[in-house]
Amino acid sequence: MRQLFAPGADAILRLVLLVAAVLVVGGLVVAGGISRSNWAYGVGVAPTQPVPFSHKHHVGELGIDCRYCHTSVEKASTAGIPPTWTCMTCHSQIWTGSPMLAPVRDSLADDKPLHWTRVNRLPDYVYFNHSVHVTKGIGCSSCHGAINTMQLTYRAHAFTMAFCLNCHRNPQRFIRTPDQVWNMEWQPGADQERIGRALVAQAHIRPGAQLSDCSTCHR
Amino acid sequence: MRERLALLVLCGLALAGCKRHDMYTQQRSQTWDQSRFFPNGLSMRPPAPGAVPVQEDDPDVPQPAVVTQAMLARGAQRFDIFCTPCHGRSGDGNGMIVQRGFPHPPSFHTDRLREAKAQHFYDVITNGYGVMYGYASRVPSADRWAVIAYVRALQRSQGTPAASLTADDRAALAQVAP
Ligand code: HEC
Ligand code: HEC
Ligand code: HEC
Ligand code: HEC
Ligand code: HEC
Ligand code: HEC
Repeated sequence: MRQLFAPGADAILRLVLLVAAVLVVGGLVVAGGISRSNWAYGVGVAPTQPVPFSHKHHVGELGIDCRYCHTSVEKASTAGIPPTWTCMTCHSQIWTGSPMLAPVRDSLADDKPLHWTRVNRLPDYVYFNHSVHVTKGIGCSSCHGAINTMQLTYRAHAFTMAFCLNCHRNPQRFIRTPDQVWNMEWQPGADQERIGRALVAQAHIRPGAQLSDCSTCHR
Repeated sequence: MRERLALLVLCGLALAGCKRHDMYTQQRSQTWDQSRFFPNGLSMRPPAPGAVPVQEDDPDVPQPAVVTQAMLARGAQRFDIFCTPCHGRSGDGNGMIVQRGFPHPPSFHTDRLREAKAQHFYDVITNGYGVMYGYASRVPSADRWAVIAYVRALQRSQGTPAASLTADDRAALAQVAP
């Protein structure tokens, strides 16, 4: 009878098995990487909005404070999206004929809220609170990036658990003096570590081990 | 045949793992969520018409008898957030939005507004005035008094001749505005 397998078949089988193993492991690593990547979290992608609202114009150029529109950011867990009324405090008088602003005018006239597409969103099993961060010296730009340069709003960071923990373990690297919370261009200085420690003590921030306790964010 | 069925079930189970059955999206509405149930599409509800609050959200507080340093600092901060876009940092009415075409508000440094009662300012912030919208929903009652205290400080700062200051104050002034 003729031999079923050539002498090299064993080597080929081993090679195929090896390649398969590498593919499976590599595939898992790549898939894991992709699922945690900026791309998967939509970082840098601005969703279309009913009105092309620009933080670059309103904050960067006109200098309007975040709290003029996101009024509850210092007091509540949510920063708040401005109601149509807030836009109309100015747009009842300026750019009144602009077609871009037609949805805003209709919204006020019909008493129907504008339907903004959410940009930042945590899973429902994560608890988050703005006021504690803002009042203890964590600036908007640490999480939302340079909002004042955004023509359309996009996600600046992937809010993975690692992102949150990176700061909760070492808040002294990110904490600012209260007036700098609103500075979108803030960068840590050379002696941030020293200043940071003092500010952490001043704001009575709990030590990293407690702040990274699971029940801080999952409750 | 049975093996094939088992394989099919396994594949089905594996596929089911792809959908998020975890607690990512839970059966509850969060503050800014859209609602398909309520007619205006918001899951946040305004009080029903005619509802009487058990406890008022932002009860009117009377005008504080004394002005404290903390109150002035708070007033300055709130003024910078809510009033400077139009009234300008010094209260002259040349704010950024006015430079872009918003009607020019009156300067705070006129005799009429210097003599106006605090209550007039309070009412303007609460209900608006002419083309200016009210700020009651964003500036709570206590903050309104703080803003007014700061407006008074601005009026004082713009209407006082430098010669009437003490020597110390004049030296401090020369440092910031030579
Ligand atoms: C003139 C009003 C206004 C001002 C001032 C303003 N915003 Fe906004 N902001 C909006 C509106 C409207 C939206 C919703 C539309 C959008 O996402 O662009 C928004 C959205 C956002 C979002 C994304 C919300 C989401 O869906 O996750 C962030 C973050 C944000 N603003 C941060 C800031 C910061 C930080 C400042 C101050 C530097 C600021 N905003 C100042 C009106 C304003
Ligand atoms: C404090 C005043 C003020 C408020 C509040 C305000 N705007 Fe504006 N907005 C302006 C001014 C001034 C301009 C013109 C900018 C310019 O001339 O460069 C403008 C321009 C615009 C434009 C024109 C396009 C552009 O980017 O220049 C859009 C759209 C717009 N605003 C949307 C909104 C929306 C939506 C809101 C409510 C969330 C809002 N604005 C709130 C002052 C305001
Ligand atoms: C520690 C990180 C962090 C800081 C600091 C921070 N934010 Fe946020 N912000 C978030 C997260 C996370 C969300 C999404 C919340 C959710 O899905 O519930 C968010 C959502 C928002 C939204 C959407 C509406 C809402 O409340 O969910 C706005 C507007 C906003 N932030 C504005 C601001 C402003 C203005 C500041 C600075 C005063 C600020 N944020 C500081 C993390 C942060
Ligand atoms: C740049 C730093 C920084 C980042 C990023 C950050 N945090 Fe925080 N967080 C803090 C600080 C500082 C505190 C205040 C802790 C204290 O007072 O002891 C805090 C407090 C909290 C609290 C309140 C704890 C309590 O019991 O009151 C929660 C919840 C929280 N953070 C969730 C998050 C989540 C979720 C994220 C990621 C989306 C996040 N944080 C990202 C710095 C940060
Ligand atoms: C500072 C806030 C914070 C703390 C503390 C924290 N988590 Fe998370 N966790 C998050 C956020 C935010 C997410 C969502 C990440 C995402 O959307 O990818 C998350 C997601 C998860 C998930 C879902 C799987 C995943 O990674 O997406 C698990 C499981 C989890 N956390 C477990 C834990 C455990 C266990 C601890 C304690 C050791 C813990 N977490 C502490 C913020 C936190
Ligand atoms: C969007 C622009 C704008 C903002 C923001 C604004 N105002 Fe005005 N304000 C005006 C204009 C315009 C007038 C003149 C109204 C008229 O005569 O029709 C005015 C008038 C006034 C007057 C004069 C009333 C009188 O008797 O003549 C006072 C006082 C006043 N504003 C206080 C404030 C305070 C305090 C704030 C901050 C909480 C504020 N305004 C924010 C535009 C604004």
